[in-house]
Amino acid sequence: MRNPNEIVAEALNAIQACPDLPSLEQVKATYLGKNGQMTELLKSLGGMPADERKTAGARINEAKQAVEATLKDRRDTLLQVELDRQLADETLDVTLPGRGLARGGLHPVSRTLTRIQDLFRSIGFEVATGPEIETDFYNFTALNIPEDHPARAMHDTFYMQGGELLRTHTSPVQVRYMQTHQPPLRIIAPGRVYRCDSDVTHTPMFHQVEGLWVDETVSFADLKGVLADFMRNFFERDDLPVRFRPSFFPFTEPSAEMDIGCVMCGGEGCRVCSHTGWLEVLGCGMVHPNVFKHVEIDTERYVGFAFGLGVERLAMLRYGVDDLRLFFENDLRFLKKFTH
Amino acid sequence: MQFPESWLRNLVNPALDTAQLSHVLTMAGLEVEAATPAAPPFNNVVVAEILSAAKHPDADRLRICQVDVGEASPITIVCGAPNAAAGLKVPCARPGAILPGFEIKIAKVRGIESFGMLCSTKELGLEGAADGLMELPDDAPVGEDFRSWLNLDDTLITLKLTPNRADCLSMQGIAREVGAITGAEVRLPQIRVIESRIQDTVPVQVMASEACPLYLGRVVRGINAQAITPRWMAERLERSGIRPLLAPIDITNYVLLELGQPIHAFALSRIQGEIEVRMARAGEHLQLLNGQTAELTPDMLVIADANGPVALAGIMGGQPSSVERFTVDVFLEAAFFAPAAIAGRARRLGLSTDSSHRFERGVDFGATRLAMERATELLVDICGGQVGPITEAVAALPQRPQITLRLARLKRVAGVELDTEQVVRDLTALGALVERDDDQLIVTPPSFRFDLVIEEDLIEEAVRLFGYDNIPAQPPAAPSRMLPQDETVLPDDILRQMLVGLDYQEVITYSFVDPAWETALDAHAQPMPLSNPIASQLSVMRTTLWGGLIEALRHNLNRQQERVRIFELGRVYASLAKQPLKIGGVVYGEVLPEQWGASARRVDFFDLKGDIERLFGHALDTRSGVHPALHPGQSAELWHDGKAIGWIGALHPRLVQAFDLSSAPMLFEIDAHVLAQRSVPRHTAVSRFPLVRRDLAFVLDVQTPAGELLATLREGAPAHVCSIDVFDDYRGKGMAENQKSLAIRVVMQDTQRTLTDQEVEDSVQKLVETARRQCNASLRA
Repeated sequence: MRNPNEIVAEALNAIQACPDLPSLEQVKATYLGKNGQMTELLKSLGGMPADERKTAGARINEAKQAVEATLKDRRDTLLQVELDRQLADETLDVTLPGRGLARGGLHPVSRTLTRIQDLFRSIGFEVATGPEIETDFYNFTALNIPEDHPARAMHDTFYMQGGELLRTHTSPVQVRYMQTHQPPLRIIAPGRVYRCDSDVTHTPMFHQVEGLWVDETVSFADLKGVLADFMRNFFERDDLPVRFRPSFFPFTEPSAEMDIGCVMCGGEGCRVCSHTGWLEVLGCGMVHPNVFKHVEIDTERYVGFAFGLGVERLAMLRYGVDDLRLFFENDLRFLKKFTH
Repeated sequence: MQFPESWLRNLVNPALDTAQLSHVLTMAGLEVEAATPAAPPFNNVVVAEILSAAKHPDADRLRICQVDVGEASPITIVCGAPNAAAGLKVPCARPGAILPGFEIKIAKVRGIESFGMLCSTKELGLEGAADGLMELPDDAPVGEDFRSWLNLDDTLITLKLTPNRADCLSMQGIAREVGAITGAEVRLPQIRVIESRIQDTVPVQVMASEACPLYLGRVVRGINAQAITPRWMAERLERSGIRPLLAPIDITNYVLLELGQPIHAFALSRIQGEIEVRMARAGEHLQLLNGQTAELTPDMLVIADANGPVALAGIMGGQPSSVERFTVDVFLEAAFFAPAAIAGRARRLGLSTDSSHRFERGVDFGATRLAMERATELLVDICGGQVGPITEAVAALPQRPQITLRLARLKRVAGVELDTEQVVRDLTALGALVERDDDQLIVTPPSFRFDLVIEEDLIEEAVRLFGYDNIPAQPPAAPSRMLPQDETVLPDDILRQMLVGLDYQEVITYSFVDPAWETALDAHAQPMPLSNPIASQLSVMRTTLWGGLIEALRHNLNRQQERVRIFELGRVYASLAKQPLKIGGVVYGEVLPEQWGASARRVDFFDLKGDIERLFGHALDTRSGVHPALHPGQSAELWHDGKAIGWIGALHPRLVQAFDLSSAPMLFEIDAHVLAQRSVPRHTAVSRFPLVRRDLAFVLDVQTPAGELLATLREGAPAHVCSIDVFDDYRGKGMAENQKSLAIRVVMQDTQRTLTDQEVEDSVQKLVETARRQCNASLRA
């Protein structure tokens, strides 16, 4: 019988010399397989005297365990090497860009409209819409602007050959909505409006958001509260100065124009605010009783306020756009700046 | 309305500087649009007289002037101006003077020491900016400071007045307003009544007394029309933006500015017979002061004599009867024309005059006589003459009925309680008569306020003078009610975001387009035309979004943007009643942005169709159809619920060429309301049993659309068939010329049990039989 220690020493050397898993399996077979040397050694125990058998058996088992443990270690090592190789082979340059489509973007005017709508919806304003080709009645008469009223001259109206007109403001939506809904009402009406004017600071089409709140207890103080809240949230500036100046609109009384402290220069005075420190941002007022009369709302029971703001103006101020006309050139190089 | 601050301060002088005064006016609703200095800053300039002007010995163009600057001895100034001559009075900048852009020092000019500079208007930065010395009138006081002599430390204030405030279209009105706002004392001009010395009158017949309820006339004989307009008057006119012309005309303009009452002066010799105030007759015309000949219509009010119209009432006088340099006798007119009789007429004639601007908005009929007296006084003072009596034709003037202002209503609208005593004081300061009656005020508005008719008008005035800024901004209290959220309609914003996620950039194009685009896209299009378009290429309302989208595509292609994917959500216009909201887009160029990991490929019909399917969230009902703008073989009409809802396809090759594109863009346009429609999801049990997939390859005629085969199969399928889809379309090698093979995947699953082989086989057989019978399709061998 060979000395188990010798066999173990030989086996351990053979195991350590294995370069890969298949050769390791071969070595395993050589020593621990059915006819392996360790197995043969165990078989030889049968021919030994009982007293020797016990001690020899223990020795052989010990040797076998030593071989098995080494085998396992070597297998683990080889598996790790193999995994490392696989990982190395599969390693990507993760700094390369991802694959597939890019992402589009909203037009800055849409983005601004959405922002305005979200803010007003958060205090319970519903969104209403109305036609852009309008009648004289809805655009003017029902809003207390009779024919030949000087206020009509300020509107630069586009007329259709059929006698209809392109709405000059979103205010007609007020009238249409009040014709079909009973107070209390709280709506905003976003959309396109048109004026026959085109130069550096005017485009013949632009966007407005009209707002209307009619209820039994709505006051000028509420109007100021809502609009100041809106502007401060729109520009995310709690300390944004606001002021209200008396103005005139045929469909509101009292009427006001709202100014905010210039967001470009912080009120110091700059080109954008014509060095006044203030920016005119919207017109508003308490709904004129003649407007309520046209839609048969009881002026003794209900009071209301309305406002109309220019979306492009707010978009320009919010995003620092210095030329109104950029909004309608649809140059992708401009629009892409609003994609994120 | 523009005026010099000094004039206003002459009438009311609150203890406020220019900036404070501007702020106060703006915050009271009289927006100060501009406040500009009458002259740029300069100093140390005096009125001087050139005593002598001798040629410079060493320079042909220079003169050595001895100049009297009001000191004991004259000073020497070398001057290069061609008009420098002895006896001329000019502005002289003394050494140390700072002029716009430079400083004056004692300097040698070609060897001669010069002690200052004689100035041109240009050097002083004044109106006119002419070269040559500014020539001053003979009465200019030598030695006096030039700025104070010409009152140059003044500010030109421009008010942006709202159309309701006609009463502020005069100095008197603005002064009254400033008095009401600031509490400062108002000193209105004292008017001297000139007694009539002659009895001459022109008889006046007012035939349109509703349009002209008050007409005053007066003859003044023997005036000197060439009299020089006094400097104070000329200065105020100029600083109010009116050029002095001829004394009698300057005087009427002055009264218009001062009191707001337009006065017209006729040359008496050109008036034949009686004056008639009447509506124009059809066919009449009048040559106006500005040289234009106006065709008159019967809704225009005219002043006529025996020969016809001599003036367009309240708008502009006629040329033939106008006052000229040699006019000796004049007929002055001061009238009240009703706003409704004047409004809109001037605009229709392409005119806007100081007179029509005021009459359209309302002129104070309570001060017409006063204005006539004022004009008379100034005329006699400046031009001399003998004054006749005022003839007056008066009918029913506008009423100023009492208005009740309920204090409770005021508080309710304002949202804050106003001090009643202060409200009474404010309304009184505005010229109203106010009586307190328990918890309400009874208010009689003044004749000059055409905008005070109802209670709200008074509320506005009370709140305005209280100060909008003094009203608290309060967050309103309202019952908390949730807004309805209709789950079956996607909000516009979500539609937009879905397209953004599919790599589309939103654009906004004009609703009015070039009619050529419309006809190019559809020869039968009948877009609604604008009657006053801003440009011919923006003259019709779009009937499709594609025109603007293709234009936006072209704009970007011209700027080296080679991959363009854009969409627009907007209306198209068919009529007043039909302005549907559409969502449309254009896709052009490569499917993917150029990148390292994917091969380049041009976008095609199915790329677009996939995008649209993703928008809808389900397969589309596409039917081939012919759209004039689309490639007939690469376009489809979209259907939903039995209705055609839009189109997708490649731009027609003819149009690709017409729009000068190098390849065909893919287009879509869909009814946005249909696209937004969704159903609320409804749960049905998920099967626990295995699913079975069978792939079937059908051979059928190439002309048979896949959609037809699918629809047929789906319709005839047993209940346990959950889906039938195409996964390949093969034609070419191995297939007959007119045949194709469609590979169909059928998935079956029962919710109650495992399907038996027999059931699966029977179902397949049924499908194959249906395909054979209805689509003439056979299983591929």
